[in-house]
Amino acid sequence: MSTPSTAAPSPAKVDPRGPRFGAVITSVLLAIIVILGPDSVVGLALLIVQTLAFAIGSLLGLQFQPWGLIFRKFIRPHLGPPAELEDAAPPRFAQTVGLVFALAALVGWVAGLPVLFYIAAAFALVAALLNAVFDFCLGCEIYLLAKRLRHPAGAGGAAA
Amino acid sequence: MTGLWIVLAAVALALAFGGYRRLTDGKARAVSSEPTLDASRLGSELGSQATFVQFSSTVCPPCRATHRVLSELATTDPGVAHVDLDAETRLDLVDEFSVTRTPTVLLGRRRRRQAPHHRCRAARPGAGGAEPGFPPHSGLRPTDHAVTYHTQGNGDHE
Repeated sequence: MSTPSTAAPSPAKVDPRGPRFGAVITSVLLAIIVILGPDSVVGLALLIVQTLAFAIGSLLGLQFQPWGLIFRKFIRPHLGPPAELEDAAPPRFAQTVGLVFALAALVGWVAGLPVLFYIAAAFALVAALLNAVFDFCLGCEIYLLAKRLRHPAGAGGAAA
Repeated sequence: MTGLWIVLAAVALALAFGGYRRLTDGKARAVSSEPTLDASRLGSELGSQATFVQFSSTVCPPCRATHRVLSELATTDPGVAHVDLDAETRLDLVDEFSVTRTPTVLLGRRRRRQAPHHRCRAARPGAGGAEPGFPPHSGLRPTDHAVTYHTQGNGDHE
């Protein structure tokens, strides 16, 4: 016997190669941004572009995410159909995590806080690289931790 | 130069952490504290021989793959039950069993006083870890310990 999954399925589905291709672009951009550093105006421009890309993916949905659009327009026509479509919620969650780090890096640049800039951009880079290289499931790692932080030990016992 | 060093450190960190997860995900380990669960707390019947308690979340493709494998196992073996919990609604169990990420699967057996106390054989998944690669049920030895079982990877290798 088996109980049905209690995790609510989301209707939106995506080709899993799209977010992964996007993670490659994001990794390259973030690496350039970090190398250029918190004094470079070019770096700031790239950081704003990447922050907007995260914001679009997170707030509007993956179908509007610029790197995903590039994938669908230029890359996917040359590839076969995906083996399996995936739920859009996990990569969208990853975009939200990216947005938080990118905004922190942006604040670090604008406010002249190089340590904040470097730490936030470096964490975003690590997450993007994990996604690009390992197809890492960021939501698997941190979603539950975030929930636990919001509801510390014992607070979730109502269902027992 | 600072930025270049930070990028190199980030690459090293990503490769080390990702590689570590690749190597260790999907391996069973004994739960040290010997916690127990009963049907009323679980909100579901236990299997007569074994129960897989899976913790899932909404942002977790591998949870789907794990669900498929375990529900199939539960369907084919009447002594095995599979309970898939939405982890965020059962933070009490999440805390009690120190679940930090999804999917995590607890394998529990009914306690039998007279049963000899064997250690549980660790379940090793196949390479790649796309599917949890559970061994046949008969390959698991009786144990009173719960076993946590992380699976990782998504369904695109299938």
